[in-house]
Amino acid sequence: MKKRFASLWFRHLKTDWMTVGQPQLKEIPFVLAISTHGKLIANACNALAEQEGVYPGLAIADAKAFLPSLKVVNERSELTEKLLHNIAHWCIRYTPLVAIDLPEGIILDISGCAHLWGGEESYLQHIVSRFKQHGYDVCVGIADTIGTAWAIARFGNGNAIVEGDKQFDAILDLPPQALRLEATVLQRLQSLGLKTIGSFARMPRTALRRRFGKDLVLRLDQAIGDEDEFIVSIKPIFPYEERLPCLEPIRTANGIELALQQLLNNICKRLTGEGKGVREAVLQCHRVDGKIEQISIGTNRATAHQQHLFQLFALKIPQIEPALGIELFILEIPKVEEADPVQENLWSHRIGLDNPVVTELLDRLKSRDPACEISRYLPAAHYWPERSMKIASSAQEVPTVDWQIDRPRPTRLLSTPEPIMVTAPIPDYPPLFFRYKGEVHTVKKADGPERIEREWWIDKGEHRDYYAVEDEKGRRFWLYRSGHYDDRSPNQWFLHGFFA
Amino acid sequence: MQTKEKQALIGQLKKDLLVWQGIKQKSADVLPMGLGPLEEAFPNGIFPKGVIHEFVSFDRVGGAVSCGFIAGLLGKLMRSDGICIWISGFHTLFPTAIKSFGVDPEKVIFVRMDREKDLLWAMEEALKCEGITAVLAEIHQLDFVQSRRLQLAVEKSGVTGFILQHNPKLLGATACAARWKISSRPSQLEDGLPGIGHPSWDIELLKVRNGNPGRWQMTWTADGFEPVAKTRSLPEEWEQSYAHLGLA
Repeated sequence: MKKRFASLWFRHLKTDWMTVGQPQLKEIPFVLAISTHGKLIANACNALAEQEGVYPGLAIADAKAFLPSLKVVNERSELTEKLLHNIAHWCIRYTPLVAIDLPEGIILDISGCAHLWGGEESYLQHIVSRFKQHGYDVCVGIADTIGTAWAIARFGNGNAIVEGDKQFDAILDLPPQALRLEATVLQRLQSLGLKTIGSFARMPRTALRRRFGKDLVLRLDQAIGDEDEFIVSIKPIFPYEERLPCLEPIRTANGIELALQQLLNNICKRLTGEGKGVREAVLQCHRVDGKIEQISIGTNRATAHQQHLFQLFALKIPQIEPALGIELFILEIPKVEEADPVQENLWSHRIGLDNPVVTELLDRLKSRDPACEISRYLPAAHYWPERSMKIASSAQEVPTVDWQIDRPRPTRLLSTPEPIMVTAPIPDYPPLFFRYKGEVHTVKKADGPERIEREWWIDKGEHRDYYAVEDEKGRRFWLYRSGHYDDRSPNQWFLHGFFA
Repeated sequence: MQTKEKQALIGQLKKDLLVWQGIKQKSADVLPMGLGPLEEAFPNGIFPKGVIHEFVSFDRVGGAVSCGFIAGLLGKLMRSDGICIWISGFHTLFPTAIKSFGVDPEKVIFVRMDREKDLLWAMEEALKCEGITAVLAEIHQLDFVQSRRLQLAVEKSGVTGFILQHNPKLLGATACAARWKISSRPSQLEDGLPGIGHPSWDIELLKVRNGNPGRWQMTWTADGFEPVAKTRSLPEEWEQSYAHLGLA
C-alpha cells in the first residue's frame, strides 16, 4: 500500500500552551526568554509579539526598547519535549504511528487511516479544528513522503494536500529551507542565487553532491520519494492490537464493558485461530480531554478464554475515570505465548495444578492486588533452614530432591531469628531456662544439638547448633546457639521457630 | 415406657432433620479422617467436608500448633491429587514441616496479601473453585456476615475451608460448622527415654453445628492422629477462661 504522511507544525507551540493556561495572555504580546551568555534572548514569541517585529533570537533588551509593553516569561527547561510528547500521545487517535519531530513538529504515518474520517480533506479539517479548539495553531501538510509533508506544512502556500506522485511539482516553488538543510548549505545556496528548490532540483546529482555535500541530495531524494525515510514511533506497535473508536463518548461502566467484550471477542477469535494465548493485556481508554486511562492484566498461563480475560478486566473497570467520556478504546496484547488448544478442551476434567480453574483463580487474585505474592515451594538441596526450599518457577515444575523430614522442623519459622536469654550448661547441653519476650520458659524436655554449618561458598559466619525444646506447658520451640563457646565473647542464643 | 418411646421418636426426628439439612448418613464410601473418638462429636459421626472450620489461637505457639493440626487434616483431605491454597498476610509457615503431617508441600499454593479485606475476598474466590481441595486463610477477625459469605461459597463448590484466627478481639457467632482451639500439652515419653516425644495436643471443639462440643487429647505419630484419653465433659474452669471473649 502506498505510504501517506502528515506533518504537523506548531508555529507557536510554547506560547499557545501558556495562553491555554492563562487566557489573559491572549491580549498582550509576550515572549518566552532563555538566558545565554549572561543575556536574555527571546526563544518563542506569540502571534501579537511577532506582528510587532519580535522574532526568536532577538535580545530582550532590544525588544523592550521598541515594545515596552512586551511581557517576558522565563522558559522552563525541556518544555518543548514534554509538550510534543503529550501531543503525540493525543494524536494516537488519528493513527497508531506517531513520531516526534523536533523542534516544533509531529509526523503521523496516516497510510490507510484517512478514509475512516471520510477522506484526507476532512481528516485534515478534523485535526486542525480539534487543535484550534484546544487553543493550538497548527499547520498541516499531507504527502507521500515525510520530506514533502514537512515542507508543505511549513512553507506551503495553498493546498495542504499533495496528491500521490506529485511531490516534485509541489516543492519546486518552495525555498531551500523547506528541505531541512544545515545553515551552511543554505548560505551557500543563497549566495549562488538558488532561491527555490526548482532552480537546482534538475541539476545533475553528481554536481550537486560535489558542490553542496551529500546531505542536500539525500534530503531532495527523500522529499521526492526516491529515498526511503523512516520514523520512530513514540509507541511500538504490538502485533496483537484491537481498536474501537466510538461515535459518542462513552461514560458509563456498562459502556466500557460492552466495548471491552467486543475487543476481547475479536482478539480471542484471532488468537484461538493461531493457537496462541494472552499473558499480558492492556486496555487504553483515550478520553475526550486528551488524557489516557489505562488498566492492565496479566495471566499465569497463556489463555484465549474470553470470559476469563473479561473477568480479570472487570475487576479493574472501576479504576477508569471516564470524565467527559472515552472516544477510543485500544486493547494491546504485549505478551503472547503459544497455548495448548488440547488443554482448553479438557476444561473441567483436570484436578491439581494443571487445572485451568486454579490458574484463572490466581490471575484474579493477582489482578485484584498486584502486590500479592503467589508462590509454591519446592525442596532445595541445602541444610541451612532458610535455604532448604525454593520458589517453583512454574506450575509444572516437580521436586528434584526429597523434602528433608528426618529431623523435626517447626511449622512456623521466623524470617529473622529473635535473640533470647538462656541459662545453659556448657559445653553443648540444651538450655535449662530461656527468656523470650519477657516470659521465662523452663525447659522440661529437649533434643539436640543438631549442628547446621553455613555453606562457606555462599556466605560467611558462625554455624548453628539447633535444639528442639519443650517447656512446662508443652510448648515447643526451636532454639539455636550461634558458634562455638570461646572466652572472648559470650555466645548468643536465638529462637528460630515454633513447633506444632 | 412412654418416655422411652418419646425419646426414640425424638431421636428419629433429629436424624430426619440432619438428612433434610443435607448431612450424609454414615456409609462405607465416606473415608474416616482418622480422628478416632473425636469424629463422634460431629453429626452422624462424620467429619464434615465442604464446610468452613474455624480455628482460634491466642499466641504464636498456638498458631503454630493449629497449623500442624490443620496440616494433619489436610493430609487426609488431599489424599488423591488434591491441591490446597494457603492465604495469609505474612510468610511464616515453613513448608518442610507440613511434609511430616502428610501434606506434599509442593501441592500447596501460598498466597500472601497485605490487607485483611483482600484476604477474605481471596478466600471467597478460592472457595468457589471446584478444582481445589481445601483453602486456608490466616486472619485476625471473622465476623458473622463474612462467615456467611464463605459458607455460601462452599455450599456450591464443596471445597473445605479453614479459617485460622490469630488473637481475635472478640469471638462472636459465625456461620462456621465448627470452632476449634488447639493447644499444646506436654508430650509423653516412655520412662527413661531422653528427648521430646511426638507432638501432643489439647483439642477443644468449642462449637459444632448439630454436634456435641468437647475436649480431647491427641498425639501425632507416624500413623496419624492417636487419642491419648477421652474426656467428654466441659470443665468449669475452661468455660470461665473464655468468659471475657463473649463465649457462653
